[in-house]
Parts: sequence; structure tokens; C-alpha cells
Amino acid sequence: MALQDKYKELIDTANSSGVSNLQVREQDGVLYIDGDAPDGSTKDKLWDIYNKIDPDFKGGDLVLNVNVGGAVDGGKLKVVTESSNLNIRKGPDTEQPIVGKAAHEEIVTLVNKTSDQWYLIRTDGGAEGYAYAQYLQPA
Amino acid sequence: MKKNWLKNFAVLGTAAIISLSIVSCGPKDADVQSAAATALAGDPTTSALQVSVKDGVATISGECKDDACKVSSENAVKGVKGVKQVVNNVTVAPPPPPLPPAAPVGITADDSLMQKVTDAVKDNPGVTFTVKDGVVTLNGEIKRADLPKLMQKVQSTRPKKVESKLTVK
Repeated sequence: MALQDKYKELIDTANSSGVSNLQVREQDGVLYIDGDAPDGSTKDKLWDIYNKIDPDFKGGDLVLNVNVGGAVDGGKLKVVTESSNLNIRKGPDTEQPIVGKAAHEEIVTLVNKTSDQWYLIRTDGGAEGYAYAQYLQPA
Repeated sequence: MKKNWLKNFAVLGTAAIISLSIVSCGPKDADVQSAAATALAGDPTTSALQVSVKDGVATISGECKDDACKVSSENAVKGVKGVKQVVNNVTVAPPPPPLPPAAPVGITADDSLMQKVTDAVKDNPGVTFTVKDGVVTLNGEIKRADLPKLMQKVQSTRPKKVESKLTVK
């Protein structure tokens, strides 16, 4: 319970800002918070609070896995890289050859969610392949 | 003579009223029932119960959450003036089923975790890592501005723990 007290502000904010499927569990001295954020700004807000409570994430006592939910097959995704292009690969792995690129802030189509990490996407230019899910958010 | 007749009539009438009130002695069932209902309503655990009174016998019905509530409902009604007997037909709700235990936290196996973290740190060339028993240890250095995005990527791989030994510049 001590960890839930430490990260109370984070848990309260997740609850009040509409994070769905929220799960807060403590196991072997680590707190796990999972859920689906309604949008990218909510996810950023939670990470800002995490960074405030545990500066530079040095504590190693929280695994925060709140991703932006709502992406559906056939839906539109926005590329949310810092500034660079997003690689589109032949397979769901960074060892796989690059078959195309999507520009920063380009809107692409989700074909399916291959895993938590990799989405199969298609660009309006016709390139189809796997891209890293953390750089994609529902448009 | 006439005065005496009137006097006799008054005496008889008074006697009649007294005898009638003796026959219907004690409070009426409806009044007792109302008082018993008020007694139950005074306690939030028994306020949803019903009570009816016939010939001074109070019957309580409805559902209580536990035995204590059933007993206290009976005591409350017993204490009402005019109740000669209590029939306690209150049922006690079965205890709720125990909550299912929270699903254990899913931790990615090391070989799969290795691959996922490799992908996660790929865009941060100054960062290296090791994976052991689900614990991801990050080494090297990173710009503070790049740190949240890296941690978001690494923590979404479902590790057991992320230990950061990163030098943050």
C-alpha cells in the first residue's frame, strides 16, 4: 500500500481523467499501473506526474503502462515521433528491412494491432508494413 | 319524576360507554402496526423490512443482510406497546461471493523482453541495457528531454521492473 500512497496523485489523476480498464496492482515491491488513456495529452499528463514524484524515473518501483486506447482496425492514426519520419518495416521487429516511411504527423490507416509494440499500418501513399506503436496515436 | 328518569338515563348511558370501552381495551392493531413500522424505520439496517399486526401479533418480513439485523428487528418490534407476540419471518441474505483475486501481473519472458527492449531503445544510441529475470537495467546516457519517451517505450514492454542507471544530461 505504501507505493499506492507514493503514487496516489498519479492513480487519482488516472481515475479522474477517464483512463479505462485501469488496473493498479502491487507485486514484489513494484507497482503496476495499466490502462487505456482517452488521448495523448492524458498519457503525457500521467507521465509528467510520474516524473514529478520519481524524478528521472530512478526509483524502479513503478511500471506505468498506460497507452492511448481507441485505435480500431481501419481507423486513422497520427505519427507522433519527435520530428523524424517513422520507419515502416517488413516485419514486427527493428531488425526487419524498412519498406517505407511515414512523415512526422502524417495520418495513416491502422490495418491491425499485431502486438502492443507493433501495428500493421498503411499510408495514403500505399506503403504497408509494421510500425512501432509508441509513435502512433488515434487521430 | 321526569328529572329522575333523565338522571337514570344518564347513569345507564355512562355505564354503556364504560362497558364498551372495556370490551375494546388495548391499542388498535393499526396503531400498533404503525408504531412497529416506525420502530423498524429508526434503524437503517431494518428500515426496509415490513411489519403487520393482527390481534396484537406482529409479523416481520423482508430481507436482512445478516443475523444481527434480524435479531434487532425482532427486539425493536417486541418493545412496541401493544405487541403481544412477534413472528419473525425475516430472511437473511446469503453472503456475497468472495471477490475474484486480481489477475497476476503479466511479465514478459526474458527472450521476448530482450527483443522488445531492443526495439524500444533503438532510437537512443547512447543507451544500453541488460535483461535478467524480467528486470530491465538501463545504462548509458540520455538527454532529459528524451527520457520520458524512452521510459514509455521500455515500460510498455511489460517488464518486471525497470532499473535506470542512466546518466541524465
